[in-house]
Amino acid sequence: MLLARFLGPRVWILIAALLLAAVLVPMANLYLSPSHPLHVPSYMVPLLGKYVCYALLALALDLVWGYVGILSLGHGAFFALGGYAMGMYLMRQIGARGVYGNPELPDFMVFLNWKELPWYWYGFDQFWFAAIMVMLVPGLLGFVFGYFAFRSRVTGVYLSIITQAMTYALLLAFFRNDMGFGGNNGLTDFKDILGFPIQADSTRAGLFAASCIALAIAVLIVGWITRSKLGKLMVAVRDAESRTRFIGWRPEYVKLFAFTVSAVMAGIAGALYVPQVGIINPGEFAPVNSIEIVVWAAVGGRGTLLGPVIGALLVNYGKTYFTAVAPEFWLFFLGGLFVFVTLLLPRGIIGTIDYGWETWRSRRRASREEKGESDDGEGQPLASPAE
Amino acid sequence: MAEADVTNRKPQDEVQALFEPQGVREEQTPRTDAEGHGERRPAAAPASPESAPPQAEAALAPIEEPVVSPHPYATKLREQRLAKEASGHARRDTLLYLDGVNKSFDGFKAINKLSLVVARGEMRAIIGPNGAGKTTMMDIITGKTRPDSGEVFFNGDVDLTHHDEAAIASMGIGRKFQKPTVFESHTVEDNIRLSLAGPRSVLEALFHRKDQAERDRIDAILETTRLTEKRKLLAASLSHGQKQWLEIGMLLAQDPELLLVDEPVAGMTDAETEETARLLREIARTRSVVVVEHDMSFVRELGVKVTCLHEGSVLAEGPLDQVSADPKVIEVYLGR
Repeated sequence: MLLARFLGPRVWILIAALLLAAVLVPMANLYLSPSHPLHVPSYMVPLLGKYVCYALLALALDLVWGYVGILSLGHGAFFALGGYAMGMYLMRQIGARGVYGNPELPDFMVFLNWKELPWYWYGFDQFWFAAIMVMLVPGLLGFVFGYFAFRSRVTGVYLSIITQAMTYALLLAFFRNDMGFGGNNGLTDFKDILGFPIQADSTRAGLFAASCIALAIAVLIVGWITRSKLGKLMVAVRDAESRTRFIGWRPEYVKLFAFTVSAVMAGIAGALYVPQVGIINPGEFAPVNSIEIVVWAAVGGRGTLLGPVIGALLVNYGKTYFTAVAPEFWLFFLGGLFVFVTLLLPRGIIGTIDYGWETWRSRRRASREEKGESDDGEGQPLASPAE
Repeated sequence: MAEADVTNRKPQDEVQALFEPQGVREEQTPRTDAEGHGERRPAAAPASPESAPPQAEAALAPIEEPVVSPHPYATKLREQRLAKEASGHARRDTLLYLDGVNKSFDGFKAINKLSLVVARGEMRAIIGPNGAGKTTMMDIITGKTRPDSGEVFFNGDVDLTHHDEAAIASMGIGRKFQKPTVFESHTVEDNIRLSLAGPRSVLEALFHRKDQAERDRIDAILETTRLTEKRKLLAASLSHGQKQWLEIGMLLAQDPELLLVDEPVAGMTDAETEETARLLREIARTRSVVVVEHDMSFVRELGVKVTCLHEGSVLAEGPLDQVSADPKVIEVYLGR
């Protein structure tokens, strides 16, 4: 089939699995009795939803790191900005049900003695407006940041450092109460989303399904971009940037495109994450978070569609497991994992499987050729002065 | 993304040069009128014989043009432009024109009052000892390095010092590096496809559809470079010599008027060297080629005019036998 050839069967299996999960997990949570062996407990649904959001974030990073070679250590910033945009909508939905009962101002503003809503909170009582901002704010930041960075030909470790500085600067800014985003505590105490109570099992099931569908769509979009001529150009920029310049391309715009798309995707991941965990605070901007994203993508295998998704799911499942079993060892484990992957699996899980498969196939082809079934042409001398 | 287009935009005259038919371009002077609306008209007489006297058909004729505005500023601009065009006449039949180019790095004069003229359709070999400024010269022509002073013109009157690498590449100057640089994780075919002349905007690349014309051009280039059978292989799996040919093929795909080729036979076997000479001669039938090379037997095989560089300026120029007999050249090559 044309579609199967377009992305390869594995990616379609992933998409099918995501869509299946979007249906089955909510059903197993809502309709099976708690005693049933396949029942998914209610605490598990938002947890899984959180993993799926992380997978989307890792995929966003993979688009710039795996395919264009931009090691961004600041993708947590785009994630958090998307999260804040969604958090602002959720804050406005609280209305008069807050502790102070002010129908207009969120609790923290009443607490800080603010008299009226700051201008940048206007419009966030509308879901459509918040939804646009979820994409626009991270996208715009990515675009402006990328424009200046790539135009000045900042590459490699220097670029990584300034992305890290960007997220750190935002961390400090969002800590300030004057910013009007709840300072240290961030935004929390959400009541409902689109009229549905945010704590209800059915709403959480819906959010989980939405996350899975968003990830499936993102896999399709990234697949489409990376399989296009532009995708080939991205890899070309990653491998030999100056060559692309000398054949007339402008690598800075290729990078800018990927960076902006990636920032928007990270923002969407953040927006889906916030209602499921129930809080967004400046901690999400912490540089360590951005580095963790890199670990997910590296573990799964950068430059593949499957890798970052698998990596994010595995590492975060490991995090949940280890922080429950031996909380004091989690960070050692994470650090050890990164060292292990860098030293022994530089291609990541999926990349190593692919590489092993390719090597095995070419070895089989070579051995078949030795037996005399060679496909013609391969061994012909090219330097023959013909005609 | 649209901004890719915006910065690709060049002054009108160079854009017109780009739109001219492929292959060897005709000699003409693309010009803009005083308001800059980019109306194109031939400078030499053929299109308007009644307005120009018969002797004006020579390319060096003064340009007749109505004074558009009596405003002193516009008049001044027009005079400046006419003066510039008049000086451009001398360069009109040259493809590449370097005059008095200087470039120094931290006090070291890499290029020192270098002057060089390459005519249309010419193949030129550049020789010279290490540090003679060959690669810096290539960098200056392709926009990687900006000269401290001097003139660098392409195609008559396109000032190359005002453009960056991508713009210069789109104008029709292709460059092959000393070390073969191909896109290793792509197939041979995709390497050529990415280099094919055509729009260079990000959005076009995203929505690009492969068509028959594109396939035909790729086939033709693979045929010329003898890589047809390797088309589905990854470029990383090619031998050194094949990578060099692939890179030359990528240059051809760009459909440039001028190819700059830096040491194409370094590290090649004798058979490969011979094949490369054949390939370059074939290319030189339709395009101008500048080859930088150390290998004298290869230069002899090319059989073209030779320029010898030394300490950033031209030491000798002429047929290889004459240049290699020049006592100055002998001293530079052997005397140290």
